[in-house]
Amino acid sequence: MLRENQRHFKFDWITIILFLLLLSFGYFNIMSASHVGEITSYFDTDQLYGKHLIFIGLTFVLIVLILSFEAKFYEQFASVIYLVAMLALIGLFIFGKDVNGARSWYGIGSMTIQPSEFAKFATALAVAKYISDLQTNMTTIKDQLKVAAIIFIPALLILLQNDAGSTIVYLAFFFVFYREGLQQVYLILALSLIILAVLALKFGILITAIAAAVIITIVYLFRKKKRGSVLQHIIVLIFTIAFSYGVKLFYEHGLKAHQQNRISLWLRLEKDPAKLERMKKVEAYNLIQSEQAISSGGVSGKGFLQGTRTTGKFVPEQHTDYIFSTVGEEWGFVGTSFVVIIFVLLIVRVLYLAEAQKSQFSRVYGYGVASILFIHFTINIGMVMGLIPTVGIPLPFFSYGGSGLWGFTILLFIFVKLDSNKINEW
Amino acid sequence: MRKLLLLTTVILVGLVFIARLFYLQVYDNTAYNIFEDNAIRKVYNYPKRGYVYDRNGKLLVANQPSYDVMVIPREVAPLDSLEIEEFCHLLKITREDYDKKLEKATHYSPRLPSPFVPQLSKKDYAVLQEKIRKFEGFYILKRSLRSYQTNIGANVLGDLGEVNRKTIENDAYYTLGDLIGKQGIEKTYEETLRGVKGIKFIQKDRFNKNIGPFKEGTLDTLPQAGKDVTITIDSDLQAYGELLMKHKRGGIVAIDPSSGEILAMVTGPSYNPNLLVGRERNKNFSSLFLDKVNKPTFDRGLQAQYPPGSPFKVINALIGLQENVVTVNETFTCRMGYYYGSRRLTGCHHHRSPIAMNGGIAQSCNAYFVNVYRRIVDKYDDAGKGMNVWANHAKSFGLGNFLNNDLSVGQPGRIPDGDYYDRQYGDNRWGSTYIVSNAIGQGEVEATPIQLANMVAAIGNRGYYYTPHIIKNIEGETIDSKYTTPKYTTIDKQHFEPVVQGMFDVYNEGTAKHIRIPGIDICGKTGTAENFMRIDSVKTQLTDHSIFVAFAPKDNPKIAIAVFVENGYWGGRFAGRMASLMIEKYIKGHITRTDLEKWILTHSLEDEYKKPYSGEPFKINGEATLQVIENYATEENYPLKNQNQSDVKL
Repeated sequence: MLRENQRHFKFDWITIILFLLLLSFGYFNIMSASHVGEITSYFDTDQLYGKHLIFIGLTFVLIVLILSFEAKFYEQFASVIYLVAMLALIGLFIFGKDVNGARSWYGIGSMTIQPSEFAKFATALAVAKYISDLQTNMTTIKDQLKVAAIIFIPALLILLQNDAGSTIVYLAFFFVFYREGLQQVYLILALSLIILAVLALKFGILITAIAAAVIITIVYLFRKKKRGSVLQHIIVLIFTIAFSYGVKLFYEHGLKAHQQNRISLWLRLEKDPAKLERMKKVEAYNLIQSEQAISSGGVSGKGFLQGTRTTGKFVPEQHTDYIFSTVGEEWGFVGTSFVVIIFVLLIVRVLYLAEAQKSQFSRVYGYGVASILFIHFTINIGMVMGLIPTVGIPLPFFSYGGSGLWGFTILLFIFVKLDSNKINEW
Repeated sequence: MRKLLLLTTVILVGLVFIARLFYLQVYDNTAYNIFEDNAIRKVYNYPKRGYVYDRNGKLLVANQPSYDVMVIPREVAPLDSLEIEEFCHLLKITREDYDKKLEKATHYSPRLPSPFVPQLSKKDYAVLQEKIRKFEGFYILKRSLRSYQTNIGANVLGDLGEVNRKTIENDAYYTLGDLIGKQGIEKTYEETLRGVKGIKFIQKDRFNKNIGPFKEGTLDTLPQAGKDVTITIDSDLQAYGELLMKHKRGGIVAIDPSSGEILAMVTGPSYNPNLLVGRERNKNFSSLFLDKVNKPTFDRGLQAQYPPGSPFKVINALIGLQENVVTVNETFTCRMGYYYGSRRLTGCHHHRSPIAMNGGIAQSCNAYFVNVYRRIVDKYDDAGKGMNVWANHAKSFGLGNFLNNDLSVGQPGRIPDGDYYDRQYGDNRWGSTYIVSNAIGQGEVEATPIQLANMVAAIGNRGYYYTPHIIKNIEGETIDSKYTTPKYTTIDKQHFEPVVQGMFDVYNEGTAKHIRIPGIDICGKTGTAENFMRIDSVKTQLTDHSIFVAFAPKDNPKIAIAVFVENGYWGGRFAGRMASLMIEKYIKGHITRTDLEKWILTHSLEDEYKKPYSGEPFKINGEATLQVIENYATEENYPLKNQNQSDVKL
């Protein structure tokens, strides 16, 4: 009996409290952003926020369920869970339902479920399982390719279902791989390519090529160790130019018009004022409204349910992807910085716990959790404030929606369970 | 090292976010202003503007409804060309106008409402009202416009115009398209007349639909009606003054000396106040304002500064007595002018000589007043000090400075003092002989007709005046105490009687013998002022200005008046006759001397005014012939009431 009780309290309460803070604050903001007409009760199931409260109720059922399984279960069944999740994604092509042009939903009666939200934790489990295998060595090309395949499959399936935003989330696993031994050169390469892509779009291929040539020449002339021939450097340069050209081609022909416009707005590529004006009314409408809502909140905000832009529904999708703008308008800088700090604390806490794990499986999974939360946090809040191009993904524990909430809850609480079990390892 | 990558990235992103939020919400955030929040629609409810009555309770200005088409450019839904054509047809504008107006409104602010087509007629409104819903972003705003119940007093009543950008920036009360008093009492009593507009805050959604009152309407306010005002003008006297001023340029100001109330304030040429109401306002305003020859918007009663001429002599007589440099009975010789050694400083006309104060005033002898004036200035060792003493006395009659009253325009006039001549000639490098023109109201002295009227009011009161004002009564308020406290001149009371007697004798035996009013004791003073104009850079003399000041009756005066007629030649010719008629009209209520009235109505100075612009040499003063007109205006065909305003709703 005593042992059971002790075990109970080994759950990391800091994580759970941070989770509860986000969940409850999120609920009040969803109430602001989604209510129609007068608020007669906090539990009005005719309204969206009332529905969300039911989702929250079910979340606690889920948590109890997750915590009641043996920790070993998740490691042993990781592959099975992954397989089921992939089948669910594939099944969408046959049984899925189109919502806003993305075929990523199952309709069950009046309810809809989005399997991609659940594929994230499944992938994290699979990645953890594969990397923690004793025979896996992340420095070998073979294992790198295999682990890449694990994330590539769900990413591709989701992309094919026209949900580019959720695809980007899988880039989060780069942090996991790097932690687990991926060579530094990948990091440098990734950063260089990102910078190169931005430069090529912003300043054009010619300037980018000249800049690359100058840098490569300098590197060649001043290298300390006499490594690499002239030819090798020239090949790098050619590759650089080819890549820039590829980015440009992809931007112009590979992207859909709205994606192109979002990037164009972000990098301020459009020079034609008439076209820019039109873009502001269409592509940038959400962003402008959201920024105005946030900045109109000032230091302390207009107060709960008092946001004029929120009440007037000026920001489309405000209860889902743009929920942070509600925080900005009604709770001001105090509220927004509070949310940012809670998220940072939560991610840092998960990271800290992950590093403390004795089992590699738990550690890798914990890293996966932190990375996925981080990328959602960064992209969502960055987008709402106009720091990065518009990518439609939810803010974990905050945005309206059952699938998302449950997906993130399962993701986090499997780790809470794994963490609580670390004493029992070995 | 590998452990730190994600950790540092997370913290870095957190810091960047907080920095960005700080920029958006704290640094870049001007305090929240509900008036700039485009999620809240502000609906103004304009109160009734106060009515204006004359001193006898006659309604002069009322209101009529008007309908403005307003636009919020951002909310204008794209229309196809057919729809635009229909809209333009309804508004009676062209397609180019439509584009131009929309662009102008967008340029001002895409978010805030701008007037698109102001002041629709009732008929256009009725048609448009049914269809305005089709044109998103446009709406009709009901306002109230002025409705003048009279054709007279444009300069007194003033007008309403759209508030300009600068005022909007300085005064948060006004929003674009609001009307504000531009001239006259509409301007000076703007805040009293306008009331306070009410405002309703309405929560909008992003489709610009009203959702409901913002904060349950707790911030909304009700309009407060403007207050009615009664002005001191006697509209019959004002109308009569305007009739007399037809075909002439100049000003008449009549004051009740016992209260400082302005009875009439005439400027000529004037215009019908109804010209500045409605859609034609802008066009009419420009043509009035741009008429640089006749200057109908220039109030000659208040703004024209002329050398006052002989009426100013009585001030010198009073100062001489006060300063004890002359006695009432002391006589001076006049040899058709004043001689300094062998040099004649000023001329004079033919009259008996030698002459004492009474005769000096009645005969308007220049030499007499130069003698008195020189004694005042030379009383002290330093001419500068003498001039300062003189100027102080003169200024105590309200001359040489703004009257500081409730009229929207005014001019200070000029009373030069010692410092003034020190600047002109150099310190102490001048003496009384340099400046003798001031003795006879010429030279550097300048005054406006209202200042002269006030000056004679002070003489009629034997030593004090009330600041001339136009407000008689504001509904539920007492008027400013500065209009009910007397201002005393620096001249002792006993010195006034001989001067008043002199002015009385102007009518009995002096320069105004022929314009006496049977049964009324008038005290007056004629004046004639030389004037010049630059024609092709040659200083050319024009016919003299005709000036007259008077008060009546002699004891306990009821009216003080100053009349100024540009190029009317001698004082008794136009100004004296007009003053005499005005006094009779006010005191008796009717005119007994119809031949005198007819003389004024049939004689025009319009030809005189054309002379300098004709490009040909012309004769002035006595050598010129006076123009007589056949189709002259009379009280019968110059109605007080505006017949076109019969459909006014009160």
